[in-house]
Amino acid sequence: MIEAVKSRSRKRLITLTVNGEEHEIAIRPNAMLVDVVRDQIGLTGTKSGCSSGSCGACTLLIDGRPMLACSTLAVECDGKAIRTVEDLADGERLSPIQEAFLDQGAVQCGFCTPGMLMSVTALIASNPKPSHQEIKKALEGNLCRCTGYNAIFNAVLQATGQDGIKPIMF
Amino acid sequence: MPKDSGIGASDKRREDVRFLTGTGNYTDDINMAGQAYVHFLRSDVAHGRINGIDTAAAEAMPGVVRIFTGADFEAVGGIPCGWQVTDRHGNPMQEPRHPVLAHGKVRHVGDPIAAVVAETLAQARDAAEAIKLDIEDLPAVVDMKAALEDGAPKVHDDLTSNLCYDWGFVEDNKDAVDQAIRSAAHVTTLDLVNNRLIANPMEPRVAIGAFDRASGESTLYTTSQNPHVIRLLMGAFVLGIPEHKLRVVSPDVGGGFGSKIFHYAEEAFCTFAAKAINRPVKWTATRSEAFMSDAHGRDHVTRIELALDGDNNFTAIRTETLANMGAYLSTFAPSVPTYLHGTLMAGCYKTPNIYVNVKAVFTNTVPVDAYRGAGRPEASYQLERVIDKAARELGVDPIALRRQNFITEFPYATPVAVEYDTGDYNATMDTLEKIADFGGFAARRAASEKAGKLRGLGINCYIEACGIAPSSLVGQLGARAGLYESATVRVNATGGLVVMTGSHSHGQGHETTFPQVIAEMIGIDAGMVEIVHGDTSKVPMGLGTYGSRSLAVGGSAMVRATEKIIAKAKKIAAHLMEASDADIELKDGAFSVAGTDKSVAWGDVCLAAYVPHNYPLEELEPGLEETAFYDPSNFTYPAGAYACEVEVDPETGQVTIERFCAADDFGNVVNPMIVDGQVHGGIGQGIGQALLEACAYDEDGQLLSASYMDYAMPRAGDVPFYKVDHSSSTPCTHNPLGVKGCGEAGAIGSPPAVVNAVIDALQSGGSKVTHIDMPLSPSRVWAAMQA
Repeated sequence: MIEAVKSRSRKRLITLTVNGEEHEIAIRPNAMLVDVVRDQIGLTGTKSGCSSGSCGACTLLIDGRPMLACSTLAVECDGKAIRTVEDLADGERLSPIQEAFLDQGAVQCGFCTPGMLMSVTALIASNPKPSHQEIKKALEGNLCRCTGYNAIFNAVLQATGQDGIKPIMF
Repeated sequence: MPKDSGIGASDKRREDVRFLTGTGNYTDDINMAGQAYVHFLRSDVAHGRINGIDTAAAEAMPGVVRIFTGADFEAVGGIPCGWQVTDRHGNPMQEPRHPVLAHGKVRHVGDPIAAVVAETLAQARDAAEAIKLDIEDLPAVVDMKAALEDGAPKVHDDLTSNLCYDWGFVEDNKDAVDQAIRSAAHVTTLDLVNNRLIANPMEPRVAIGAFDRASGESTLYTTSQNPHVIRLLMGAFVLGIPEHKLRVVSPDVGGGFGSKIFHYAEEAFCTFAAKAINRPVKWTATRSEAFMSDAHGRDHVTRIELALDGDNNFTAIRTETLANMGAYLSTFAPSVPTYLHGTLMAGCYKTPNIYVNVKAVFTNTVPVDAYRGAGRPEASYQLERVIDKAARELGVDPIALRRQNFITEFPYATPVAVEYDTGDYNATMDTLEKIADFGGFAARRAASEKAGKLRGLGINCYIEACGIAPSSLVGQLGARAGLYESATVRVNATGGLVVMTGSHSHGQGHETTFPQVIAEMIGIDAGMVEIVHGDTSKVPMGLGTYGSRSLAVGGSAMVRATEKIIAKAKKIAAHLMEASDADIELKDGAFSVAGTDKSVAWGDVCLAAYVPHNYPLEELEPGLEETAFYDPSNFTYPAGAYACEVEVDPETGQVTIERFCAADDFGNVVNPMIVDGQVHGGIGQGIGQALLEACAYDEDGQLLSASYMDYAMPRAGDVPFYKVDHSSSTPCTHNPLGVKGCGEAGAIGSPPAVVNAVIDALQSGGSKVTHIDMPLSPSRVWAAMQA
């Protein structure tokens, strides 16, 4: 059994471009991307909420697509570009999406926030004026236990320059 | 009028900048040099006798530092319970020992049996698989009624039964209540279940223990709502570490909702093990571990009877409740079905006779304790459901029946031991009628029916008791702690302030709202005030954040400390201006002498306090720092009226929430945007309870809902747009800010409104159904419609 464990833990060398910076790192083949980003790259903004691809807290962008870092093997990302929440602001200046979250009170405990921001970033990149239905669909993969979602929804509307920042259904 | 600064302004949350940029500092983001990792081997059976634990093979696995079992903890205390309930006969509740690691028996799925500490988490997990357990299965008790039957298997062999306590409240009311029910013109009876829930803050629990050989100090980083309480419970009762040798830090915490109030075994383990192996020890819960080790919530089975006279006045309420405690008593578990539930059974209504009976029961399930609302949602749910049922039986309008019975004069002493200081339930109902457009309901219902759907309208009028104080009262009621709060306000020489508060923010925005209060008091920019919380080495004492108490109790302590600061600063200002301190006024950050144009700025007074060249040293000490402890004279009583409109698809039983309106009375509001967010979040969780969430066990005690695939949390598509209004305000009469608390209201007010709406919808379609237990899943609704 000890031999089996040893062979399982033999490390591989991969290259990740994280937020524009290239990292050559040795990883265990069974290492998940979320752990590599948090523990080896040292970017702890990406959160781990369920480790089973259900809550969306670990959402980050891989080659521009929103992916669940808890369910993605790091070895599969060799040579790919990763973008995390730490890359959204330009120095001290928040991105329009971050600004909208701040304005709308869309953050409470903050734990789901990085994943939410990355899902919304991906949505807006592919769909600059999403409909209400498209916004709800884009947020459905990200659990938030604090806000009841309305403020997050409003933040997406604000970030996409849409009317009805306080949507009232009646 | 909305303000642009100070109390009443929707300041943007300053803590958000770090959360939005990924620079928050949550416990799992902390790593210490040389740390080892622990993995807990947990019981996969609900009830069993531990005949042997063979760790030999596991200890030989790569990276293993040490393996601990229950035997290692025999010399230390058990996890304590912070509340003792006295039963109907004057006897103390049955209180079992709760070992850090299971010893002798395992009592629920998830009970930790052994802890493997290794160089890496993967190694700890691998080694745990090599531990050989010899556990003899015992029959499990899961159902509360079965647990109380004669001959039922006992969760704790050394207790007389699975009954923790049989509590009557108020016992002296019982005969009058029985008599009033016997002589009533009408009695409505309802049997209902308040479904068991799992709090599920998005951040799983984490603990890191560390020990410094040089100073002899232990440090625990933990995801707690109240680090000082953990310091007290773990230090004094479990590990025997004096408070001056134990530091507990709760940095950014990713939500709590009650589940992070309690002292957990993993915290004690990491602190203990760090000293034992002389290295930091870190534990991060997986989500499945969270499901089977975080305290669960609710889980009451109740019969409620409401008696009315011939004029539809409420004359008596009698309830019988079974409350699940789980396998051990969690920190505040005994108080939830008793003093946080029985005391609220009057609701918003003048019912002269009330008697509440609660039997608390041990079962082979995860311990149950406070979850957002804690006892108050259970009270409101029973009351507001039975009132709705009574209105239907009597053929009267449910709103009119409520209004007729509202308490209208304050202060009002209820028959269940509390005194409401203020409120105006007709005003919140008026606000609700305005924002919810009841007048348009008939047309909306007609439109739904045209589309083949049933539409229903449900109302709820809740009241809650917040603050969880005063100490003198909770002491009589069984609390083993005081429930005040403390604050130290430190003014720096350059005029900025630091507030060290015993409250803890894990989503509530204290770093923003507390400075707004001080800015208003002194007349300075809120940016000059910084809030420090969550570290016992920085904040002298605290009882923490739960029960919507932070602003009402912690904020009041901060106000008292700031008043002391202002009083001293006025004396310094008087000296500087050669005036009498009685003539000094503070306005817009400057001290002036009444009736003159003499003035000295806030910053000059602060500087003088620390550079006392011209200073009344014979009368005053230099420096400007004050501490206050605030122990309120009463609970606060937020209340409100909620309306929910649902559509039900009669083909599938699917319920969708079409409209949700909330009119709350929170007293004075410091930051309306943050209050809106608290109400939104509470309603979201209440909708989760009403429609989606169910913690399910099978008859053998296997937890069936231990992942997000099995436990349905509300997602963005499950909730409507809420309309919330807190303009109806009757400020609290006994705290300096006139505030009441808003954190739990949504979770209390929404489930009855949702269920009332669904019943209304079904009856509009001709169904005779009068009740469906939560969650109102499509299958339950559909089945009820077929009956």
